[in-house]
Amino acid sequence: MSDDRKTLTFITRRAPYGLGNAKASLDMVLSAAVFDQQVHYIFMGEGVLQLRRGQQPAAIDAKDLSAAFSALPLYDVDSIHVEAEALQARGMSAADLVIPVKVASAADIAALINVSDAVFNL
Amino acid sequence: MKFTIVVQAAPAASQAAWSAYQFTRSALAAGHGIYRVFFYGDGVYNTNSLSVPPQDEFDLVKAWNTLLDEHGIDAISCVSSALKRGVLDAGEAERYERSCANLSTAATLSGLGQLVDATLASDRVITFGA
Repeated sequence: MSDDRKTLTFITRRAPYGLGNAKASLDMVLSAAVFDQQVHYIFMGEGVLQLRRGQQPAAIDAKDLSAAFSALPLYDVDSIHVEAEALQARGMSAADLVIPVKVASAADIAALINVSDAVFNL
Repeated sequence: MKFTIVVQAAPAASQAAWSAYQFTRSALAAGHGIYRVFFYGDGVYNTNSLSVPPQDEFDLVKAWNTLLDEHGIDAISCVSSALKRGVLDAGEAERYERSCANLSTAATLSGLGQLVDATLASDRVITFGA
């Protein structure tokens, strides 16, 4: 397995509810992790809202997505990055998020993409 | 070059599904290999054989089925995406007691592991729609 280990990067760009993209990204990340691949998980644009503390999705009959993020360490997904500008634009900081993340500049994100074998955008 | 194609858009909703089909067809015509076509999210609608487009319009679901069939390409519709959207094979229709199966004959229902496997086995993964 180690011979064909690849670096897979998943960029999630949508808010947690209203579209299926956020859940679809998370499922892809978990699958890649189960296959023991090097995974980078990057939250960009409104995607940073997926990690916001205090979500109450039951009010719109949706399942809480943010609870699943705390399981990422169990899957050895520890390369989790949040776009700095996206946080700033929404008046948020890393302290508002449900899990510890690396706050990344556009250049940091470009560097991650650059070392990836495949990038999935959702 | 060995490609895997990921289709995330429905035929009726977006150009992306059409571009995916055209890319696949062109890649084959140019002599490239397609390791797998993976339909994910709304992309599973490309394998809903019950869809009926207007008669004077291109039938993308049928065209996919013919292309995949003729070239013997492995085509997977993500099972969790498909069940949610009412795209079922005979086994799932029976299991969930639904009135019929509608998955295109060229496609198989399976999990995201097939996408990871395809990513590892292909030179390039090309994604359409999101």
